[in-house]
Amino acid sequence: MMFKIFENPLEKMDLQSPFANAEAGGFVSFEGWVRSENEGQQVMALEYEAYAELAEKEGERILIEARDQFDIIEARCGHRVGRLQLGDMAVWVGVSAAHRNDAFQACRYVIDEVKRRVPIWKKEYYKNGDSGWLCPVEGHAHTPPE
Amino acid sequence: MNTAKTIELAYYALLREQRGLSSEKRATSAITARELYLELKEEFGFKLQIEDLKVAINGDFADHDGAIHDGDTVVFIPPVTGG
Repeated sequence: MMFKIFENPLEKMDLQSPFANAEAGGFVSFEGWVRSENEGQQVMALEYEAYAELAEKEGERILIEARDQFDIIEARCGHRVGRLQLGDMAVWVGVSAAHRNDAFQACRYVIDEVKRRVPIWKKEYYKNGDSGWLCPVEGHAHTPPE
Repeated sequence: MNTAKTIELAYYALLREQRGLSSEKRATSAITARELYLELKEEFGFKLQIEDLKVAINGDFADHDGAIHDGDTVVFIPPVTGG
C-alpha cells in the first residue's frame, strides 16, 4: 500500500510496475485528468496544492481501509501537485486482486475517499482570466461538481 | 492560569492566499483550536466558518475543541477538492 504526492508528471508505467504478482487475476486503475470545462467555465489550467505530510498519512489510511474491506492484493495511489495543463493526469489509483469484483470496488472506494478526505486543493484558471480555489461550501463562489 | 503560548501556523490554498503567508509563529492565549481560529478570522477576515474547516495539530487531524499547547503546529484545513 502506498499513497504518494508527486511534484512531477505521473507516469503510469512506473506506477503500475510494482503490481506484477502471479496471484493477481485482475488489475483495475482509475486516472483523473484535467478537463476543459467546469460549471460552465472554460478551464485553461489547474493548480493542485497539498498538505503533503497529512495527505500521505490520510491517503495511506484509505488504502489500508480498502485492503481491510475488500479481498485485494495491492492498492496504490499517486496525486499530482503543482500546475497542470489540460489532459494531464492529476490522480492515479491502481488495485490488483485475485478476482475483478474486489478490484473494481476497492478502486472506487479509494478514489471516492481520496476526494472526500485527503488535504489537497484545486485552483482553476479560466479562459476569461479569472481563477479561484474550488470550495464546496454554501455561499462560496466556486463549487466543484461531483 | 497562564494560557500564553507561542504556536506555529501553516496555511494552505484559500487560507494561504487570504493570509498572504504559508506559515507564521503566533503568540496566543487561545485554549482550543476553535478559539484560535476565531481569533485569526477576526484579525485576518477569513470568510470560512470554523465548521467548514478541519483542524490538524502536529501533523494529524484533531478536534476543533482540542487543546493547543506551546510549540504546537496548527493547520486549519479548508474543504478539500483533490482528485
